[in-house]
Amino acid sequence: MMLTALATIESLFYLAGLVAVIASLKVVTGNNTVHALLYLVVSLLAVAVCFYLMGAPFAAGLEVIVYAGAILVLFVFAVLMFGLGKDELRHAPKSNNLANMIAAMLLAFVVLVELVIIIYHGDMQQSLQANVVDSKAVGIMLYGPYLLAVEIASFLLLAGLLAGYHYAKPDGTEASL
Amino acid sequence: MTTIPLFHVLILSSLLFVIGFIGVVARKNTLFILMSLEVMLNAVGVAFIGAGSVWQQADGQVMFILILTLAAAEVAAGLALLIRMQKRYHSLDIDLLNRMKG
Repeated sequence: MMLTALATIESLFYLAGLVAVIASLKVVTGNNTVHALLYLVVSLLAVAVCFYLMGAPFAAGLEVIVYAGAILVLFVFAVLMFGLGKDELRHAPKSNNLANMIAAMLLAFVVLVELVIIIYHGDMQQSLQANVVDSKAVGIMLYGPYLLAVEIASFLLLAGLLAGYHYAKPDGTEASL
Repeated sequence: MTTIPLFHVLILSSLLFVIGFIGVVARKNTLFILMSLEVMLNAVGVAFIGAGSVWQQADGQVMFILILTLAAAEVAAGLALLIRMQKRYHSLDIDLLNRMKG
């Protein structure tokens, strides 16, 4: 009960922002690649909570689905393809694993608690509903004044696809493209 | 009107941006540089969404979607280049790239 009394939109926003900053610091200063990637996921999820609290639920969903769900999975696949080389293992922290695990779980747990509070807090839902910019308005803007930008973005994605295919293919197959 | 002041949103955004920038400048591992770039792009997204919610316009979210597209394309090309680099040098140290000629 005390938690829900303390919980206002502002305090939840600052808490999520704090989690995002701490997780980003861990990403930048980390030694282990996979750990840094997982911290990046936590940072993106915290930023998604910030988006939701700022009245942009569509952007929050996109952040989770596209950023944390697709781009970061691409990262993980690439890291697994590299294999953890010798330098990686040499620089890996000789850490007490338990402290690492608890710190990371604490960050993720804070984000989870915030989500639960937001969902079950009726007043907050109402005041959030008041200033939402909904996805319908975004869609109308995207296919109205920003149509050219959308087309350019699609070309950019095509260029990214071609670059990924061209650079990452094995050396012996020059003839195919 | 939104309850979160724009000033605080911009503080959060610039903090994240500076963290990402320090990562890009200070790290030697190319993979970490790419991750820090993601953090920077995300910080810009925070600024756009905050501004869009203060003025109750959809433009901020539209710009965020465009940033998302940019990040996806950048990661695809960047990771492919990293795979190529790992194959050739067996390392991701960015200082190895200053030997390139031509």
